[in-house]
Amino acid sequence: MASATTTTAATTMTKDVILKVEHLSMRFGGLMAINDFSFEAYRGEITALIGPNGAGKTTVFNCITGFYKPTMGMITMRQKSGKEYLLERLPDFEITKQAKVARTFQNIRLFSGLTVLENLLVAQHNNLMRASGYTILGLLGFPAYKQASKESIELAKHWLERASLIDRADDPAGDLPYGAQRRLEIARAMCTGPELLCLDEPAAGLNPRESLALNDLLQGVRKDTGASILLIEHDMSVVMEISDHVVVLEYGQKISDGNPEFVKNDPKVIAAYLGVEDDEVEDVIAEVEGEEGGLK
Amino acid sequence: MQYFVQQLVNGLTLGSIYGMIAIGYTMVYGIIGMINFAHGDIFMLGGFAALIVFLVLTSLFAGVPVVLALLVMMIVAMLTAALWNWTIEKVAYRPLRGSFRLAPLITAIGMSIALSNFIQVTQGPRNKPIPPLVSSVYDVFGISISLKQIIIIAVTAILLTIFWYIVNKTPLGRAQRATEQDRKMAALLGIDVDRTISVTFIMGAALAAVAGTMYLMYYGVVVFTDGFIPGVKAFTAAVLGGIGSLPGAVLGGLLIGLIESLWSAYFSIDYKDVATFSILAIVLIFKPSGILGRPEVEKV
Amino acid sequence: MSNMTNKLENAGGDLTARALREAFYAGLISLGLFFLFVGLKSDQNILNELILVQRWGLLAVFVIVAAVGRFFVVAYLQPLNARRKASKDAAATTETREGYIKRNFTVIAGVLLILYPILAVALFGVQGSLKWVDNFGIQILIYVMLAWGLNIVVGLAGLLDLGYVAFYAVGAYSYALLSSHFGLSFWLLLPIAGLLAACWGVVLGFPVLRLRGDYLAIVTLAFGEIIRLVLINWTEVTKGTFGVSGIAKASVFGIWSFDISAPNNFAKYFDLPMSSAYYKIFLFYLILALAALTAYVTIRLRRMPIGRAWEALREDEIACRSLGINTVTTKLTAFATGAMFGGFAGSFFAVRQGFVSPESFVFLESAVILAIVVLGGMGSLTGIAIAAVVMIGGTEILRELTFLKSIFGPDFTPELYRMLIFGLAMVVVMVWKPRGFVGSREPTAFLNERKAVSGSFTKEGHG
Repeated sequence: MASATTTTAATTMTKDVILKVEHLSMRFGGLMAINDFSFEAYRGEITALIGPNGAGKTTVFNCITGFYKPTMGMITMRQKSGKEYLLERLPDFEITKQAKVARTFQNIRLFSGLTVLENLLVAQHNNLMRASGYTILGLLGFPAYKQASKESIELAKHWLERASLIDRADDPAGDLPYGAQRRLEIARAMCTGPELLCLDEPAAGLNPRESLALNDLLQGVRKDTGASILLIEHDMSVVMEISDHVVVLEYGQKISDGNPEFVKNDPKVIAAYLGVEDDEVEDVIAEVEGEEGGLK
Repeated sequence: MQYFVQQLVNGLTLGSIYGMIAIGYTMVYGIIGMINFAHGDIFMLGGFAALIVFLVLTSLFAGVPVVLALLVMMIVAMLTAALWNWTIEKVAYRPLRGSFRLAPLITAIGMSIALSNFIQVTQGPRNKPIPPLVSSVYDVFGISISLKQIIIIAVTAILLTIFWYIVNKTPLGRAQRATEQDRKMAALLGIDVDRTISVTFIMGAALAAVAGTMYLMYYGVVVFTDGFIPGVKAFTAAVLGGIGSLPGAVLGGLLIGLIESLWSAYFSIDYKDVATFSILAIVLIFKPSGILGRPEVEKV
Repeated sequence: MSNMTNKLENAGGDLTARALREAFYAGLISLGLFFLFVGLKSDQNILNELILVQRWGLLAVFVIVAAVGRFFVVAYLQPLNARRKASKDAAATTETREGYIKRNFTVIAGVLLILYPILAVALFGVQGSLKWVDNFGIQILIYVMLAWGLNIVVGLAGLLDLGYVAFYAVGAYSYALLSSHFGLSFWLLLPIAGLLAACWGVVLGFPVLRLRGDYLAIVTLAFGEIIRLVLINWTEVTKGTFGVSGIAKASVFGIWSFDISAPNNFAKYFDLPMSSAYYKIFLFYLILALAALTAYVTIRLRRMPIGRAWEALREDEIACRSLGINTVTTKLTAFATGAMFGGFAGSFFAVRQGFVSPESFVFLESAVILAIVVLGGMGSLTGIAIAAVVMIGGTEILRELTFLKSIFGPDFTPELYRMLIFGLAMVVVMVWKPRGFVGSREPTAFLNERKAVSGSFTKEGHG
């Protein structure tokens, strides 16, 4: 633990923090789902929040995106402009609208009866509302709305191409195969124009080809918009490839924090994933160190 | 004080009737998640069945004992209402199970309209008054309690005990509770889900028919529109108690009965239904799970 | 089903035996169902005592019809359906090009509607047209408009509202009271009634924001009933069950009046014989215009962000919130917009009847309007219009079927069966087409090609 904190402290100095979670706690009745959890995510990076099943990852996500109100703690979002938002004080929709944090869901939540294109247009709701003079000017046929409407379709087209869904634009979202639905959900979140994109298990249930397409999309997101990504995974192998920074959660507490290489070799992480008793951790550490020595 | 206790007794009587109807709502909602809008009309149908049996009895056997007459009325009404509800479930609700969720609600509303109009067409639109069946009134510490009220409360208590036994202690009740929890899993474990649902409708209708008989005896009149208001109130009772919960339905029924009679006694009889409906709205808005219901957790 | 086809191939005699058995059961069940209610009738004699009338012949008819019907269904209809289904599965579904009528449905329907009163006058004369314009035309169009208004709440936003009639009542009473107290004209009061109804939409919508599903339905039902009960009991203002009568007629924008005494009376002005038909024809065009306005606004709104947000709300509320959509205002605008059209329809109703009472705003009306929305196919304007014509027109026709008297005797009143048939029709249509007449959804934007979204993808919302 001590070594982990020192490395983060070292990196914090040089990097621009986009999201800062401090002493986050979440209690459900008698259950402490998250206990004094702190971490930082940096601008332009892909940060992964990993941990075994039931570690509380989705709860952290729901706190960040406002679907749960945390029992304690502070979540600060710092935008590029330097503006800061305390996310635990905002209602959920304002977190997307003002703080510019967008999210996806573990069980995909698309508007399955709307077409793929419509899904992306709904995501631009706030922009279009403003352009349509809160419906009234738009209803009267003011040109400003027509222009905005055209632009919104262009933006949707851009993300459809990025997500390689352009051929399916006029099909109902519910008709897409699973992997395409995952990509559509990400494209939809990007249409809200976020600075931080939170992905809840984006690779779950994808086949290798779909995983590859997802990787392309995520790299595209970073390159095009410079948006930072925070993602949840429980599968370590996926995370290690794409993320710059990994935070490990177990039983609602942080057990490791650092770059993938560091986390991969952290005995506590290994113990958490292999599920060993506390007193066996020492043995695992010894084993890992032995293996590393062997490899060298 | 005497006045208050008097109203309490009146409220309890009324509440027993609501409670018995509410059980049908709560059970059906629990097991297939639909508001059986036609349930109030099944209650009305039960009342009419009892009325006709009463007329048959009085015209065929002039000096029939009241207890026997009531028993026969109740049993025939239970059988008829059960058969109706069973048929309705099979014909109108079963084909829609697992489809679009609004469809069963619309069908149930359609059934409700059809049932009340069926009675209007076959039995005529007028009020059907009957001579009082039991008229003894006892004076207990200055409070007048009629035999009717005692019968209603006693019948409710007995039936609810039997009913509680069936649901909690028999394999049938177990199948019912299992189906309520998870229909698919219950089917996988060898429970005949269709049969269980049918039985639920039969039981609900039988209780509603008893309530209908009691209603006829208590007020001495029944009319084809009688299904709606008692139906909505019983539904309110089910919601107030926590929909899906059987003790909740009874408790809710009693509460609604009490509120209604106390409101009429102390405030305004004109606005008694407004009071009931307002309570329904307030409960649902502030505590949607009701008094004894389990709260529904929103999963993100 | 496959079981049945097998049987069909194996033995035909088996099928007949089964059909006979099922027919027997059906007869038995219907005997149980109808014995008390059809076989016997409770009736009042001269002393106002209840007596029983026996109708065993009628009961026999019911039982025989049930048994024979069941026999035919099992022996002929079910195998036929099974065979048809099998052959349909075997043959690849061929895309049929939409016919001319289907493609230009809206235009054709619009032209027919505009010509309708003229046709009625041409065919039945000025006085004879009254029935057709009023009972069919206006009656159906009121329901079309109400259902289109409710469609915004239920069909688009997916919020199940069982108390829509409350807004209809607010509109009707707003016009009735404001016109009789202040003598304001219809054209001024129409928007006011709409606004008042919209306000009530927000007032009643606000507390139910958190509710979902059937609970929302029940609370809206409760609100509808509360408003009706208040109308009944607040006698100082509403005159209770007596209702408000003598409501002023509408005029043609104040230019021509339909008051017989007025100098600018329509018939006098054009030197026409006096008839109430002109007013009815005017009302027909008025409600046609109002309904068209509802449709136009709905179509426009669907292509605007607010309309899309409504539909998204129906599909998934949580996803909406994750996209920065304020679901509170979105729901409230849906309630308000729907209520506003209900208010317009209400003030039209008051003008048409010249009389309003709480009797007209019972729960049954809400149920009928909701039924039309669902039967038509939620969200589809065409489907809803078709459903209104079928359900309202169909039951109105019953009044006209006087020839049935010659079959069932002079005591037979077909109107009595109106609501019975309406209720049964609701059941039958739902079982036959759970998604309504038009189950598919028209997308609001497209890149290359407008493809209708099949009903199996759209959700019905949490309400």
